[in-house]
Amino acid sequence: MQIADKIEDDIIEARLPEETQVPSTNQFAAFYQINPATAAKGVNLLVDQGILYKKRGIGMFVASGARERLMEKRKTEFYEQYVVAMVKEAAKLGITKDQLSEMIRRGEKD
Amino acid sequence: MSQTVIEVRNLTKEYKDTTAVDHVSFRIEENKIYGLLGRNGAGKTTIMQMITAQLFSTSGEVRVFGEHPYENKKVIQQICFIKEGQKYPDLFTVKDVMVTASSVYPNWDAEYAKALIEVFRLPMKRLIKRLSRGMLSSVGIIVGLASRAPITIFDEPYLGLDAVARELFYDHLIEDYTENPRTIILSTHLIDEVSRLLEHLIVIDSGKILLDTDTDELRGRTHNVIGHQSAVESFIKGRDVIHLESLGSTLSATVMGRTETEVKQAAEQAGLETAPVSLQQLIVHLTKNGKVASR
Repeated sequence: MQIADKIEDDIIEARLPEETQVPSTNQFAAFYQINPATAAKGVNLLVDQGILYKKRGIGMFVASGARERLMEKRKTEFYEQYVVAMVKEAAKLGITKDQLSEMIRRGEKD
Repeated sequence: MSQTVIEVRNLTKEYKDTTAVDHVSFRIEENKIYGLLGRNGAGKTTIMQMITAQLFSTSGEVRVFGEHPYENKKVIQQICFIKEGQKYPDLFTVKDVMVTASSVYPNWDAEYAKALIEVFRLPMKRLIKRLSRGMLSSVGIIVGLASRAPITIFDEPYLGLDAVARELFYDHLIEDYTENPRTIILSTHLIDEVSRLLEHLIVIDSGKILLDTDTDELRGRTHNVIGHQSAVESFIKGRDVIHLESLGSTLSATVMGRTETEVKQAAEQAGLETAPVSLQQLIVHLTKNGKVASR
């Protein structure tokens, strides 16, 4: 769900601080030119995960602790998506552990 | 659940030697945006003409708001049908079209029409027949949006419209739809441009329904599965394969699963790569093969 990812990014990068109101589903839909039903699905996904919560009659807010929880989730995903894939690819190319660490250090400088 | 606003059952239109629409059945629910997609001559316009009471069917049923649309003023007032190549009287100006539309559509919003005319930079006093092709399309789009009709149908609304004007159309469509929800049916070739706007898709090919599905669900169900030829070949056994493409020993298969996550998960477990399929690609493959299955 792309819209959910975008909102997550906004929370992680503190563009949407905790306990602040987020735009409405319709505003998201208009901004990203997507169907409001699709936008609502993305937003509801985050509500189900407790990242956003609804205040009746007012709107949607970022939950306390949302940023921390998203960071943890993203770190797990980072490990699965990048680290595991990197180690696999390195093994395929015959790159040793030392060479891999050296590459990471080099990457930090770039 | 959402209410059904249009119900079509076994709708058929036969001409002397061809069947343009062949026992088509579907339902359109209230306040959703639909895409009616298919190749030229697939039967899209014929279906829309029968829904809007501009053409008689050979057999089958059409119900709009539960009633027959033919010579039914109550129903016809609720539908705004913007079609490609709409004809207007010779001496009509842009303004005349707007005035006429305001008397036809009960929900007409004159202020909104005026704002849109400025957005699309239409000359109010110019004769319709002196407008460029793109401007003429803009007239249709403005009438369609400002009509605020409970059912608004756009049939290839943007002949001659440049990319800027098309973006304006999408912007205003979504914005106005969120403020004034209504049922919208878009028929178009520009599938990738509109796919993100559509909640539900109906794909027609050779007068038959090929696909009738929620857009997000279809996106979830369909994936390209990529990997070594032998691995992909064994993966696709017994699966619904829409398209195959090979490059050297790499094979890419477009696969449709039964549930939203099934193909992606199974492919990843088998160590195969997956990639999303664009709706345009998917529909091109489907309508190229003309393969009708129970999807």
